[in-house]
Amino acid sequence: MAISRRDILKSLTMTAIGGSVLRVIPLEAAEYAHRMVKAEKAAAETHAYSPKFFSAHAYKTLQSLCNTIIPPDDEAKGAVEAGAPEFIDLLTSENKDYQLALGGGLMWLDSTCIDRYEKPYLDCNVERQKEIVDLIAYRKTAKQDPSLEQGIEFFSFLRKLTADGFFTSEIGIDYLGYVGNTYLQEFPGCPPLPE
Amino acid sequence: MQVKRTPKTYDVCIIGSGAAGGTAAKVLTEGGLSVVLLEAGPPIVPERDYKEHVWPYDLPHRGVGVGGHARHGFDNEFLAPNGAWEIDGEPYLSAPGSRFRWFRSRIVGGRTNHWGRIALRMAPVDFKVRSHDGMGDDWPISYEDVAPYYDKVESYIGVFGSKENIPSAPDGVFLPPPKPRCTETIIKKSCDKLSILCIPSRLAILTKPHNGRLACHYCAQCGRGCITASNFSSSQVMIPPAEKTGRLTMITGAMARELIVSKDGKVAAVSYIDKATKEERRLHARAFIVAASACESARLLLNSKSTLFPDGLANSSGVVGRNLMDTVGSDAGGYFPQLERMPAHNHDGVGGMHMYLPWWKFDRKNDFLRGYHTEFGGGRGLPGVGDYDELCDEFEGYGLALKRECKKKYGTYIGFAGRGEMIPNENCYCEIDPAVVDQWGIPVLRFHWKWSDNEIKMAKDMQETYRSIVEAAGGIFIPSTQEDAAHPHGIADGGVIIHEVGTARMGERSATSALNQYCQAHDVKNLFVSDGACFVTNADKNPTLTIMALTWRACDYLLDQAKRGNLGA
Repeated sequence: MAISRRDILKSLTMTAIGGSVLRVIPLEAAEYAHRMVKAEKAAAETHAYSPKFFSAHAYKTLQSLCNTIIPPDDEAKGAVEAGAPEFIDLLTSENKDYQLALGGGLMWLDSTCIDRYEKPYLDCNVERQKEIVDLIAYRKTAKQDPSLEQGIEFFSFLRKLTADGFFTSEIGIDYLGYVGNTYLQEFPGCPPLPE
Repeated sequence: MQVKRTPKTYDVCIIGSGAAGGTAAKVLTEGGLSVVLLEAGPPIVPERDYKEHVWPYDLPHRGVGVGGHARHGFDNEFLAPNGAWEIDGEPYLSAPGSRFRWFRSRIVGGRTNHWGRIALRMAPVDFKVRSHDGMGDDWPISYEDVAPYYDKVESYIGVFGSKENIPSAPDGVFLPPPKPRCTETIIKKSCDKLSILCIPSRLAILTKPHNGRLACHYCAQCGRGCITASNFSSSQVMIPPAEKTGRLTMITGAMARELIVSKDGKVAAVSYIDKATKEERRLHARAFIVAASACESARLLLNSKSTLFPDGLANSSGVVGRNLMDTVGSDAGGYFPQLERMPAHNHDGVGGMHMYLPWWKFDRKNDFLRGYHTEFGGGRGLPGVGDYDELCDEFEGYGLALKRECKKKYGTYIGFAGRGEMIPNENCYCEIDPAVVDQWGIPVLRFHWKWSDNEIKMAKDMQETYRSIVEAAGGIFIPSTQEDAAHPHGIADGGVIIHEVGTARMGERSATSALNQYCQAHDVKNLFVSDGACFVTNADKNPTLTIMALTWRACDYLLDQAKRGNLGA
């Protein structure tokens, strides 16, 4: 039987407190424990994600907006590949304020698009999608047209959550170039500072 | 058949298992006494409770919990279960016009599970403030009285630092400090230009293996709990040796209600609620050490009224709950464009700052009395939820421009936290609210709070200092984001820095203090209060190290009394 994560962590604790009885090489053991967390998570993952809160249509719109906010490029994939829509849907399914802000925001977007272009957002062509997003992506536009305020609030919140979902993903963390969350014998200090 | 039961009488009963309670448990059990330790919370179980090394994407909520409730809160999923600003069923109140926040840890180890491990000695002048500047009161002890106990605590728990010979920041028994991070190199250079002291910090984290504990592995995650116990917490460092003696009985989930006094005016028992069964129980001991945290200890004393002690226990002076102090806190930040050009590298280090700014203006006249130190940090940390909120609001837009801006700005911010000495004043105290009780029926605390001008001037000086440091380094200063009419110069509300002390202060005279220099109540000889409550002043030194040193000293005194056959006498 494979040694469990619990066993490993337990042995680590005992090493730490009890001294040298169980001289597990702690770094390797903890690395092992970490890999097991990942394996457990991978095993639990299902094939296709079915949204917990958003309707199929709303979720597609959410995915489209996440992709607009942080798209893929040559350097790294984007927010959708990084799992931002799933993260946002999960939180929203548990939070009434998020349901109002995001559920309501998506409805506002569709009804505004229908008013302006006679189609919901997803059915608009790329130019029109860009036109409406440009109107709600900056606070200054509310000065010219206060009716945009609700959309601006919605987009502002969604932008933050999309950034959260992207930059806390493996893809996003790699993209930023974070190095760490590991085990070092010595801390190397600062490499030479550019002048 | 009826069995007449004689309750077991322990030598010492300790209430609270944090910095003070844990230290007392270790020193007293190793000194041969039988000890019962009451903790209001559950045990901490590292294998279950610690999330060290978990990546945000390993958790479906990426660390912010159900509904994202911790998106900006303190209680994210990665942190060890170390306390909260609000506890269900256990309210506290701020009096009208006062704003006070109270962070409580109901868990074995208490707030040592959460603290920043900043282990600073008080300086000689910090014990003699009234003699120095005429404000507040002197301690009944001097630096020389406490220094041997600072040595003992540091030698046992392990503190890194460097010998600097700075009057405001006495040197200790130090392990070697870790090398500076880039952010620290930049600030050090800037401070040198401005003649501001910037030295290796002093943290209770092991840079070498120490007393059977492994050295730090530099993951920067002390706040998550350390599976190798390379940082200090009472639960992992003080409690285990006490348990090893076989003389410690620990009772968790035990909420102390009242200390029961016998006819001779001594404490005979503690009455507590067993949270699991909701039953009231009693424990008997010859001596009692109250170590529940400054305000919780004051609450217990004030709630322990009797005909002998109508104003609460150890309170004939009326000072219990009074002289409540926190630390003066004001934060700012800076953006440092030179950090944009840093290559990717491991910036983690220990779970806290490698360098800090001790108080440096001790040799001149300032606009305010006393001093502050400065903690700072930032740079290329493990990304987390909420990290890009400010950038998103400022930059706005979307698309590749936004994505690239986030990458460009990653790791380019450094935050500063001023931590200064507050002078006690008559407007800052806690008392029992006459009407409100908690879910256990125990009357709760009501806080009164008002900063004096001295603290506001200090906060102003902090902001000005951080501006000068940031600008001297070629950065762009970001002033306190919480500056408003209620928070001049960004001064934090009372309690927010989580350094409450002073509510049962020690002193030579029983008319103006609750305790003597050994944390022993003037009025009740078998009662000791050895947490932050005993402090006379709240120097710009994070209180935990001093709490442990004073507790160790009190316990040596108690052991000496026991040897002479005077325990509980």
